[in-house]
Amino acid sequence: MEEYPPIIVRLAINRIDLNLIKNENVQPRIYTPGEEISSQPDFLRGHGTYVDDENTLRASVAGVLEKVNKLISIRPLKARYQGEIGDVIVGRITEVQQKRWKVDTNSKLDSVLLLSSVNLPGGELRRRSAEDEQTMRRYLQEGDLICAEVQSTFVDGSLSLHTRVLKYGKLSQGIMLKVSPALIKRKKTHFHNLESGASLILGNNGYIWIGANKQDSDRSEGGFTQDLSRIPQVNREVCARLRNCILILAQCNIQLTDTSVTYAYEESMKYKINELLEPEIMIDVSLLTHQRLIQQ
Amino acid sequence: MAETVLSSGEKIFILHGIDADFRNDGRRRCEYRSMEIETKLMPQTHGSARLHIGNTDILVGIKVELDVPHADKPNEGKLEFFVDCSATATPAFEGKGGDDLATEISNVLTAAYQTRNAFDLKTLCILPHKKCWKIYVDVLILQCGGNLFDAVGIAVKAALNSTEIPKITAATLDGGEPDIELSDDSYDCIQLDTSNYPIIITLCKIGDNYIVDPTLEEEMCSTSSIVMSMLPNGKISSVVKLGYGSIQFNTFTKMLQMGEIIGLRLNKTLMDVLKEENQFGRQRRIFGFLK
Repeated sequence: MEEYPPIIVRLAINRIDLNLIKNENVQPRIYTPGEEISSQPDFLRGHGTYVDDENTLRASVAGVLEKVNKLISIRPLKARYQGEIGDVIVGRITEVQQKRWKVDTNSKLDSVLLLSSVNLPGGELRRRSAEDEQTMRRYLQEGDLICAEVQSTFVDGSLSLHTRVLKYGKLSQGIMLKVSPALIKRKKTHFHNLESGASLILGNNGYIWIGANKQDSDRSEGGFTQDLSRIPQVNREVCARLRNCILILAQCNIQLTDTSVTYAYEESMKYKINELLEPEIMIDVSLLTHQRLIQQ
Repeated sequence: MAETVLSSGEKIFILHGIDADFRNDGRRRCEYRSMEIETKLMPQTHGSARLHIGNTDILVGIKVELDVPHADKPNEGKLEFFVDCSATATPAFEGKGGDDLATEISNVLTAAYQTRNAFDLKTLCILPHKKCWKIYVDVLILQCGGNLFDAVGIAVKAALNSTEIPKITAATLDGGEPDIELSDDSYDCIQLDTSNYPIIITLCKIGDNYIVDPTLEEEMCSTSSIVMSMLPNGKISSVVKLGYGSIQFNTFTKMLQMGEIIGLRLNKTLMDVLKEENQFGRQRRIFGFLK
């Protein structure tokens, strides 16, 4: 007879506040889209604002006011990813088109990955033939996850990606997580091979990849061959723990870096992996991580 | 359903994890995520509940109205379910996108509550042939993070449990016309007897195994699932199979057995929690959507 774990139902009155930093006295003034900011004419229109017919400045996004001299802008509380050249991103293929793939990268518009900006198997650089074009779906199909770099941005804000370096390419077994892009700082490196045996890619766009095996970094064949063998239980547990730790940090608004993730991972060791889903334990792990980050 | 396509690598990872009784978030196959519930949060309704489980967010409002009974069922009241899949949950629900899923959920709810053992419609009758109560159950799906059916089932039961129907002080027939007087005191209400109301349990078949409380990603890997509604006394009031995959008879009975055990536990825990919340009385702080 299997033993069934208990089911936990909580009440909203017993809810635990996961916000670590609280300013009880200062209530931020939040503007909603369309709300009037100023009707005086002496302002400079910044991001997140617009001027209507009556020359009133209004907010176009929901967020807090930021004022630098005469420049007024509204910083949104939650935004989609705005790409910059050189960013490392994790994305999911949404469409296969002629000579290009469309990639979901958490930005306002789908990004583009051109056939000419991927490394095809066979190694050396060559012209892309019509045959390559017809077999595009064999390399990457809808739903596949890739890791890429932003090559350029278009005028409308959409991104063009490339995977011409061996560390980029298709991702195989593991877990993808979505967090707010604001939680990921631009750093020198976004690829981390953690001591615990998993690989971690912190995409600038807020998509995070936890790879189950380290061999992932070898992409001599363009990374299109996938290893679909069974992952050992030890690696699986590491991945699951990392997943829960990253979600805890994201919920408590702690910046995600390899240090913070490692700290959270180490602090979480005293709990079982499935316990990390409970709010009491989440707050404990995040507090301990927060303290270690401050001491640093 | 909200379509997120997964890559073969992710699918294999989930599949092998379930095989090893170790899911991506560290749960076992038969383990539920912890959920959070709040009832009576909307003063405009007769009863309401909000349920969070993982990323899934359900809001249920209940409205009670006077109505005329059906001609062929003169002694019975009416119970109607309406599900709305909000486009805030996923862009796929925009326009008519969520209608299919909404109909599916409301059909499952109707089937679950149809038997007399679960919900006795006769209790809603005021004057046979003339007047009865009609209960509208409105379900709003604000976010979906998997396991919608179970979440809706629990939220509906909690909302019905919190429902207060105005008390009728006098109901007479005045020259063939019904004459009904309601109690002046707005706190003078009747509560529904929820002791027999069903909850819904979904068992998702992934590979050769079956799991409860799937996440959105896990639902993507499943070819078939069964949605069963369980009465607190251990009886199954309805079973619906979803998805294109097939289920063998042996597996099916095993799934039902597992669903039964989990359903009984879930029912008991839910009722205990609702009782606990009730003890806080009317002065309880309402959290709602702020915080």
